Parts: sequence; C-alpha cells; structure tokens
Amino acid sequence: MRESHEHLQTLTEIRSLMERSSKFLSLSGLSGVSAGLVAMAGALAVYMRLRTNWFTVLSYDRQKSYDDATNQTVVEFVVKVALYVLVLALLSGTYFTVRKARRQGLRVWNKSSQRLLWALVVPLATGGVFCLALLYYNLIWLAFPATLIFYGLALLNGSKYTFRDVESLAYCEIGLGLLSICFPGYNLLTWAIGFGVLHIGYGMAMYYKYERNVTHDERPAGSV
Amino acid sequence: MMNDLLAQFNKAFESKARLSIMSVLMVNDSLSFNALKELLGLTDGNLATHLRALEELNYVSVQKQFVGRKPNTTYSATPAGQQAFTDHLNALEAFIKNL
Repeated sequence: MRESHEHLQTLTEIRSLMERSSKFLSLSGLSGVSAGLVAMAGALAVYMRLRTNWFTVLSYDRQKSYDDATNQTVVEFVVKVALYVLVLALLSGTYFTVRKARRQGLRVWNKSSQRLLWALVVPLATGGVFCLALLYYNLIWLAFPATLIFYGLALLNGSKYTFRDVESLAYCEIGLGLLSICFPGYNLLTWAIGFGVLHIGYGMAMYYKYERNVTHDERPAGSV
Repeated sequence: MMNDLLAQFNKAFESKARLSIMSVLMVNDSLSFNALKELLGLTDGNLATHLRALEELNYVSVQKQFVGRKPNTTYSATPAGQQAFTDHLNALEAFIKNL
C-alpha cells in the first residue's frame, strides 16, 4: 500500500513539472489589480475632461455634433490618455510579475514567458493597427469596443501558456466588447468596466487563490 | 499479475531525477542545460550525469551550437525516449489501478 502511495505521488509530481515547465506561472494577481487601477484613473481623466455624463462619451451621435477642431482635440486627448494607460499598466504589471518570479526563485525571461508574450503580442498588435485605422477613418466610437475584443482574443490565445483562469477573463472581455458595439453610447463605461473593474476583480481573485498563503520559497513538490 | 506489471517499469526511470528530466522534455521541444537546472533544482554535476545516462540510452538527444561565442547546449527527447516514457507512465497507471 505504501508503494502505491509513492507511485501516486510520483505521478502528481510529474504532472506539476510538466505544467510548470510549459506554462508561465509567475503572472501575479497584483499585476491585474494595478493595471485595473491605472485604467480606472485613465477613464476618470477622460470623464473629467469631457465633462459629460458617463454614458455618452464619444458616442456616434455626439461625435457628429462636434466641429472638426473640437473633434480633433477630443480624439487626441483620448488617444493620449489611452497610451499613458497602456504604458503605465504594462510597467506596473511587469513590476509585480517580476517580483513574484524573484520570490519563486525563477527567471522571468524564459521559454514559457516568451511563448506567452508571443501569443499575446500577435493579436494585440493586430488590434492596435486595426484601431489606428479606425481612428484614421474617424471611427473612434468603434475603437473602444475593438480594443476590448482584441484584448480578449489575445488573452484567450495566451491562456494556453499561463493560468487557465485567464480564459474566463478573456471571455468576459470579448463579451463586453461585443455588447458595447450594440450600445455605442456607453463606450467609456464599458471600457472602464473591461479594463478597470474586470482586471481588479480578476487580479484579486488570482491573488487570493494562488499567492496569499504562499511563503517565499515556493518550489512546490516536484523539485528533485 | 503484479510481477508482470512491475516488469514493465523502465529501470532507466527508477531515478526520480531522470523521470523528471523526461517529463519536462515531453512538453518542451528543447530545453537548455540551464533551463533544466532551474526547473528541476539539480546541481550541475548531478544533472549532467543523469543527462548523459539518458543520452546513452538514446532517450535524449543533444544539440550543441554557438550563440555568438557562447556555447549553448540544448536537449530534447528522442522518439524512443518519448515512447519509453509513455510506456513507463502506462505501467505506473496500470499498477495503481490494480491495487
């Protein structure tokens, strides 16, 4: 009987090793929370600047009512905020993930993180170019749902190479993006939910699930 | 019956280190020496010995190349190694089921 227990344990260890070596598991929940907070701040900045109610920022109808000069300033402002949000979210997200990897005693730049990054970059870059085209054709109200949809697809693609839980976040982002096309007036609100609320919620859930009770030396069973 | 099952256990994988090396090479096309070391938490000498044993059995193939001036050695599982590993796991599973 003791021998069977030993064999079972061996199987568990093999499984954990296979997963650990092919997936990037240093992604921190706090990265999600920080990115979400940055996005909320960005949405707030747009809201304050445009001084309109939450529900009608840059809807199709509203944009039509702007004259050319106003339209350009507004679009420039929104794009600038979006870029700041992107850069700050990436920086803070990277910080917490690097920190978690250090605590696990793992390197951040390894085969699994490269695979994850590549899986994310292809759909994200495609989405980025697509949104630039939308801006060029003055369709900024469509760019809001497009960022959510492409981001969701990128997450779905990347979820194969990290925690499986990312998949549910991906479905939420895609669903919200599609929903937001049907209600173009609620652009800023759906954007704030997608990049802010969802990230914070997901990040906290991940943090409590995987990180809270973990001591500094986290090499799980399977280290030989 | 029990002994039949035990006979199918591969002697090469009696060492846990070798079993671990094979299991990570099953899910990665190829891994460098350092990546293996980091994943398995083995010392240089220990890992090198086990890798050499697996190489001699023709379960693992070694690719030596240079990245710039630094030598970079990567390891991958051969079809024979993958087969042996799968057989061993199947035997383990059958053994546990039969208890």
